[in-house]
Amino acid sequence: MASRRDALRWIVGAPLLARSLAACGGATPRAPHVQGELLGQSLDVGHRVRDLGQPGGPSLGDFRGAPEERVKLAIVGGGPAGLSAAWRLTRRGELDYQLFELESEVGGTSAWQETGVAPHPWGAHYLPLPMKENVELLGLLGELGALDGVDAMGEPMGSEEMLIREPEERVFYGGFWYPGLYPYAGASEDDLRQLRRFRAELDRWTRFHDAAGRRAFTIPRSLASDDAEVMALDRVSATDWLAQLGLNSPRLEWLVRYACRDDYGLEPHETSAWALVFYWASRTVKPGHDTRDLLAWPEGNGRLVKHLRRAAGDRIRTGRVVLNVEQSEGGVTLRMLDVTSGRPLIVHAERAILATPHFVTRKLLGLGAGELEMGYGSWVVANLHLESRPVERGFPLAWDNVPHGSEALGYVVATHQLDLDRGPSIFTWYRPLTGRDPADERRRMLDTSFEEWRDGVLTDLAIPHPDLGSRVRRLDVWRWGHAMPQPRVGLLSSASLRRAREARGRLHFAHTDLSGMALFEESFDHGLRAADELLAALAPPATSASAVEPT
Amino acid sequence: MQRLRRPLLFLTVLVIATAGLVYELLAGTVASYVLGDSVRQFSITIGAYLFALGIGSYLSRYVKEGVAARFIEVELATALAGGLSAPLLFIGFSQGKFFGPLLYGTIMVIGTLVGLEIPLLMRILKEELDFEELIARVLTVDYVGALVGSVLFALVLVPSLGLNRTSLTFGLLNCAVGVLSTFVLADVVPKRALLRLRITASAIAVILVAGLVYADRLTTFAEQGLYADPIVYSQQSAYQRVVLTENPHSVQLFLNGNLQFSSADEYRYHEALVHPAFARAPRHSRVLILGGGDGLALREVFRYPDVEHVTMVDLDPAVTNLARQIPTMQRLNHNSLSDPRLTLINADAMAWLRADGRRPFDVVIVDFPDPNNFSLGKLYTRGFYRLLMRVIGPDTALVVQSTSPMYARKSFWCIARTMRSAGFSTHSYHAHVPSFGEWGYVLAMKHPFEPPTQLRVDGLRFLNDATLASLFIFSRDMQELPVRENTLNDQQLVAYYEHEWSLWN
Repeated sequence: MASRRDALRWIVGAPLLARSLAACGGATPRAPHVQGELLGQSLDVGHRVRDLGQPGGPSLGDFRGAPEERVKLAIVGGGPAGLSAAWRLTRRGELDYQLFELESEVGGTSAWQETGVAPHPWGAHYLPLPMKENVELLGLLGELGALDGVDAMGEPMGSEEMLIREPEERVFYGGFWYPGLYPYAGASEDDLRQLRRFRAELDRWTRFHDAAGRRAFTIPRSLASDDAEVMALDRVSATDWLAQLGLNSPRLEWLVRYACRDDYGLEPHETSAWALVFYWASRTVKPGHDTRDLLAWPEGNGRLVKHLRRAAGDRIRTGRVVLNVEQSEGGVTLRMLDVTSGRPLIVHAERAILATPHFVTRKLLGLGAGELEMGYGSWVVANLHLESRPVERGFPLAWDNVPHGSEALGYVVATHQLDLDRGPSIFTWYRPLTGRDPADERRRMLDTSFEEWRDGVLTDLAIPHPDLGSRVRRLDVWRWGHAMPQPRVGLLSSASLRRAREARGRLHFAHTDLSGMALFEESFDHGLRAADELLAALAPPATSASAVEPT
Repeated sequence: MQRLRRPLLFLTVLVIATAGLVYELLAGTVASYVLGDSVRQFSITIGAYLFALGIGSYLSRYVKEGVAARFIEVELATALAGGLSAPLLFIGFSQGKFFGPLLYGTIMVIGTLVGLEIPLLMRILKEELDFEELIARVLTVDYVGALVGSVLFALVLVPSLGLNRTSLTFGLLNCAVGVLSTFVLADVVPKRALLRLRITASAIAVILVAGLVYADRLTTFAEQGLYADPIVYSQQSAYQRVVLTENPHSVQLFLNGNLQFSSADEYRYHEALVHPAFARAPRHSRVLILGGGDGLALREVFRYPDVEHVTMVDLDPAVTNLARQIPTMQRLNHNSLSDPRLTLINADAMAWLRADGRRPFDVVIVDFPDPNNFSLGKLYTRGFYRLLMRVIGPDTALVVQSTSPMYARKSFWCIARTMRSAGFSTHSYHAHVPSFGEWGYVLAMKHPFEPPTQLRVDGLRFLNDATLASLFIFSRDMQELPVRENTLNDQQLVAYYEHEWSLWN
């Protein structure tokens, strides 16, 4: 009993648990009728990379006499970065490559599922409409049919069906839902003054251009200024930055904490102020304009993955876990296991793109101290299959629904983009585990039982939706151990982060980690950059100059 | 108590008689609401009820011992059966099956129980009064009760409480009298039986009070206050609150409190909705109606003999069932929902278009409620009209009901502008419908066209060729003005609508 209470307190936080207990007469929701399962990445497979050469783990000796294959180019990792690199190679006519993915499906943290009444995400689930400078990503979105003309400023507009349908977001505050994210209800004069001051500061950074004419904050990061004045923001935490501006309104602090946890899985005192400002300034064309519209699909960014996957076709080899990567004069040697049979396999390639998270790249290459190290936060995502919609109080159900005061981030609604306003639905609930020690949180996440997660999720949502429990038919829980790189203070301006992008011999690197933030746009940018580097290196010297992009 | 014994027993007779008559009237009223033809329903109900009284009286001869306890038991059974009768009949009707057996079964049960009561009570009183005195007094009180019941029913109970609450309230009154009887008749009923009866009475009271609370969801006292005329039918469907009201001159349908039509002038609205599009379209064989579940637009459609097939997509089966089954509605829509040329689909129009909207129709009629929330507003967006293009051929005429150009001028023109942005050519028009005020529509085709000048049908009440042409003329205060278009991601129309109507309400 005590341990269940402890688990609930950890999942929903002590204050909310107390409110929930008060609201439910001392009992937290118990829903033994709600079936579901614990899902996640294949930990045992992933840990083989970690355990290579360790007692009990695989060893390089296992590869003696293993079958060997040859391919011109290899991509390791089938998340958005690897898939984007593959898409680029395909579009450039380079078809002699193979992409190796350890899971049985590609997509990385853009995972999704197509069961129940609607496809639903397990991870990343929206994409801000790129600005006109992000030409490459606009090209991809054009292929997807996600664009529809340009506006008066010449900025691309999204297709009506893929932009988030109104109402986009709402916040639950003081017993009612309100439109938007900032809880205006009951805000004092001082709260509103501070909000204006905060916005003015963001506007200042939106307006900022450096001597070379670059904006301070852009998506992708590679187009942005590295001016010292801008990068100085990376040396202070979001909390300290607010304090420097004299901002201490509880509502604003809540909004900032929400943003840090939503985009980076970090608490504000851990988050680089640069990352916080980036969250808004990179998505705003000009001061005074709204942030860019969002594109979203029922399956989340799975829609983008499906499109990229089609381009790679049968060059994707799933269920292959690469344990070790070695370079020699003639090329790159990849040692991998077939996940189903456990059989070793050696693949020789002329060149390779490592589109793996940085903590995996470190293992594959045996990188040591002195090389970039970064932290990762854990996330838990739950999909709740509802047979009917909860009774509403206030502003109607939106795509993104955020209860103020919850330790979770609320939920997105899978049926929203299908224009279905009635009947069964699927709510996708998100909770970043922003505790004191990431490793501790990760362990605790794995130790928590399905029943505890289920009751925790229902307890968290019981405040805005007391009647939710009776409407849930199924609830599955996905645990992400290394969900996001953490842009802690100092990471984004570090030389080691910059160096980690640089090719090493015949190896090129592509991953959102190399931007220090988890964004589809960054994955895509790194995927294209790595593919272009590789193509340039392959091309005869006479014609290479025009294809090389500065790195 | 003993001094009051006789007056209290006569009070019991009065309540029994009043309640009995109220139950009988309730059954007749429910039957005539849902089955129509009140003369027939009332005469059958009264006949059945009187017959059941006879059965009860006859059965009373089989009660040999413990007459007082049996009397209280019957009293409590009446409380339960009568109290729950109206809610039970409404629920039974909404479930759709076996309403007849349920109706007559209820009448027979209540009649039999009431029929048992008076003879049993007379047997209790016979020790105290002469036979002549007994007959005269009991029957007098019985008939007075009937008068009280019928007057109360028509003048007070139905208008203020509605049918369900009347039924439950009289159940509670019956129950209270039953409890009172356990005190009045305490000397002739065994102690243990008294306790048992009082516990039973409490249980029944709990059920009836719960019913009263639940009745809020069926018909409420408060709800009646929202409507000018008596509610004759109300139901909370999965999607909305459906309420039908009636006065001596007309019938009104409300969805979520918004008037959908009044039978006094709906012909103006529906003639203006349907006939311009039919006048424009060269062919009428395949017709699509989105919304319009009341069947009134459909009635106008079936005026054209060349209509071979109509597909109607309306969200709420509660509305289409009401329109198909309830005689009042059948009379108004000429039973159009039972026409074999109709295919009725209960679905969200947008989801249906996306899944099944393939072949073009000759005429398309879009008759949704006004865009007063996002889930209705989406049915007026560019995204919706683009989907609608799937069922539009080169000669298809489309009409969209588009709120009032007078009260909601921006909303009205926003709809036309949004349709044009989706690729339609449009002509807006309007008609005066007294229940609504000036009301507007958008006539549209895929290619530029001229407004129609000649009707293709005779015998309308509102339109002739001259008025048809005049519909397309707008006075200065209703003319087009610049507005933004309505899209799924930015529902400008909902904002316009909310603002404009708030100025008039």
